[in-house]
Amino acid sequence: MFQIIPDRNQLVVTKLIDLFGKAIERHEVITDMLCITVNKEVIHDVLFFLHDDKKLQYNFLTTLCGMHYPDIEQLGVVYHLHSFENNHRIRIKTSTDLQYPKLPTATTIWPAANWMERETYDFYGILFDGHPNLVRILNVDDMTAFPMRKDFPLEDQTREDKDDSMFGR
Amino acid sequence: MAKELDTDYWDKDLVRQEEPKEYNTLNVGPTHPATHGVFQNVMLMDGEFIVNTEQTIGYIHRAFEKIAERRPFYQITPLTDRLNYCSAPLNNMGWHMTVEKLLGIEIPKRVDYLRIVIMELARIADHLICNSVIGVDSGALTGFTYVFQDREFIYEIYEEICGSRLTTNMGRIGGFERNFSTKVWDKIRYFLKTYPAKLKEFENLLARNRIFMDRTINVGAFSADRALAYGFTGPNLRACGVDYDVRVMNPYSSYEEFDFIVPVGQNGDTYDRFMVRQEEMRQSMYIIEQALAKLDKMTDKGTYYASDPRYVLPPKEKVYNNMEALIWHFKIVMGETDIPAGEVYHCIEAANGELGFYLVSDGGRTPSRLHFRRPCFIYYQAYPEMVKGNMLSDAILTMSSMNVIAGELDA
Repeated sequence: MFQIIPDRNQLVVTKLIDLFGKAIERHEVITDMLCITVNKEVIHDVLFFLHDDKKLQYNFLTTLCGMHYPDIEQLGVVYHLHSFENNHRIRIKTSTDLQYPKLPTATTIWPAANWMERETYDFYGILFDGHPNLVRILNVDDMTAFPMRKDFPLEDQTREDKDDSMFGR
Repeated sequence: MAKELDTDYWDKDLVRQEEPKEYNTLNVGPTHPATHGVFQNVMLMDGEFIVNTEQTIGYIHRAFEKIAERRPFYQITPLTDRLNYCSAPLNNMGWHMTVEKLLGIEIPKRVDYLRIVIMELARIADHLICNSVIGVDSGALTGFTYVFQDREFIYEIYEEICGSRLTTNMGRIGGFERNFSTKVWDKIRYFLKTYPAKLKEFENLLARNRIFMDRTINVGAFSADRALAYGFTGPNLRACGVDYDVRVMNPYSSYEEFDFIVPVGQNGDTYDRFMVRQEEMRQSMYIIEQALAKLDKMTDKGTYYASDPRYVLPPKEKVYNNMEALIWHFKIVMGETDIPAGEVYHCIEAANGELGFYLVSDGGRTPSRLHFRRPCFIYYQAYPEMVKGNMLSDAILTMSSMNVIAGELDA
């Protein structure tokens, strides 16, 4: 079976704080996974370090998805990393401002990030610096909006024949 | 007199070879019988060899992640049906478990076992389609027609449990909507008895068939390193020789109590993917047998949902006769129950690999963000690298052996 070090969460946090100091903005365990919030200036270095460090070996990018925080006017990206070697998962979060959303790409570390970043761009409009082919992937090419942002209406908001206000919609 | 060798001829031929090659562009899809779904491959061809490929996807994109942000939790289950529609119950169970993790509901052992029976049946149905379609694409239609009877039988079992066949919407948050009837158990036992012989027959048709072996061995091979970098999971990764299985690495739904083998391949080619799926079906049968034995040993035959009145629908008799039960029924159906704020990531071993749900709740009636980790979407991007230099007919075979499901790809 796999050797599970009980304080592996602590190990990751200590190593990251030693190396990046204040750029590691927050770390907490949410439900069952360690969740680290990282400043966007160092996100690429953090991911590269987590991928390459001999003790950590987060060699697998499970998933990558965008987020929209309308109340603080920011867009975010959430990375789920998995270390097969240690069977440990962590979640890395970073955010960028809504006006000029730009983050470094992770395709140089994991080729798998290619389409996931395209999807994130497609739905949130986050520009990934250094991405080889950052074009829309699921939506039509001539779409102008970024539909997963909270201000994009799910239905046509001009409709008057439906009144769902009773149900909080 | 012997004629002098015309050396000029060879020189001319060399010159001809140095001329720039002319490539053709070939559109495979969007609607092509060989793509098994609506997606397009624009292939740059040198004769019959593929130089480069570019995929266009998104033809059946239905914005599930956006729709999910406006729906209460239990109404998202029908959306998950339509991800990998060949094994809808797996997706349903994965979603229920995600919500249960967020809500902190404790699930009774019997429900866990019932879920395992259903999930493994769904895995068999999915692998059956994939493997028989590999046969069809290599020109052997017979196996396909044989095993579709068994897939049909599995769908009949679903029908007995939940009333629908393809998009099942099976189960509820906390368990199942009703207990399994005796007919269900009879059908499952009948399936377990008859299916192994048919599976063997199907395998005999293809596995050592000279034509099939020539068509599949060393076709679309992929190394384990590249597969990991590209985020492969499930049978496709295991065919490359990496024994990653979520059921073993992060057991859910009491999988840790079960004994089974994780089959791995060697070369990561089409033949290995076929054989890995083939063996996984046998292991699934074995898991179902163990689950049935465990269920038989249990004295409790009636539990099919968690006893948590906040999220599990009260029984109908109570709803019609009891005011509180009616209120609770209404609150649950309208999605007005308290949902804690928080975020969870839960993944299950779906038929194609790690199916993950990243759920962020802000305490409202709907998720604030729901992201599906669709295994197809992630591994299909490696397709150009896999088919480069292969022939067109091999590319078709590679695609069907990767089991790319359009619904999961486009979400």
